[in-house]
Amino acid sequence: MDIRVQEAAFDAGAVLNAFTASAKNAGAIVSFTGIVRDVDGGLQHMQIEHYPGMTEAALAKIATQASERWSLENVLVIHRYGALAASDQIMMVATASRHRANAFAAADFLMDYLKSRAPFWKKEITKDGAVWVDATDHDEAALKRWD
Amino acid sequence: MDVMYFAWVRERIGLPKETVQTSAVTVAGLVEELKAREERYAAAFADVSALRVAVDQELSDFDAPLAGVREIAFFPPMTGG
Repeated sequence: MDIRVQEAAFDAGAVLNAFTASAKNAGAIVSFTGIVRDVDGGLQHMQIEHYPGMTEAALAKIATQASERWSLENVLVIHRYGALAASDQIMMVATASRHRANAFAAADFLMDYLKSRAPFWKKEITKDGAVWVDATDHDEAALKRWD
Repeated sequence: MDVMYFAWVRERIGLPKETVQTSAVTVAGLVEELKAREERYAAAFADVSALRVAVDQELSDFDAPLAGVREIAFFPPMTGG
């Protein structure tokens, strides 16, 4: 299990190659990379705040749940904080398993859970001011799929 | 205990962290004490259904007991990913 909470950018290709090399018995690797979008135009930057200490613990807990539920060979979560621009990579998850169904399901689960159970908050800074991004009912509803 | 605030809760109250002496028994009791202090606290905690709480860095509930707790954090629903 590899959990990283960092301000710095990462090289998703290099991370994925190293992750693949780490999962010797895997027959399937799934990865997801989240990118900052400029939804309404005019985004100057996105500020991501987090709760140091709890963030790492929450991500480890979610990754452990995924590992136990889908018997993964390895799991990786990277999430950035600080100031990001449109098109920057915010986060990445990768899962490795014997067969692809487990790797896909585990990656999907990880994304649903870290959207609304890991202590990050996004603020969009535009020319018109700064706005905290609201959580959506859809985010919360997505978790119910996994009950 | 240490009380921490994140995102707009931090902005509304005007500080990220403070040490609080409390006789409250639950998180909800602590919230009532904080609201009684000053308008900025009352504004931040006006609608607790819009807030989440972590007790010693674990997501918890407003009826959670405070006995033995070292750190409480208040924040809006999380928006990771």
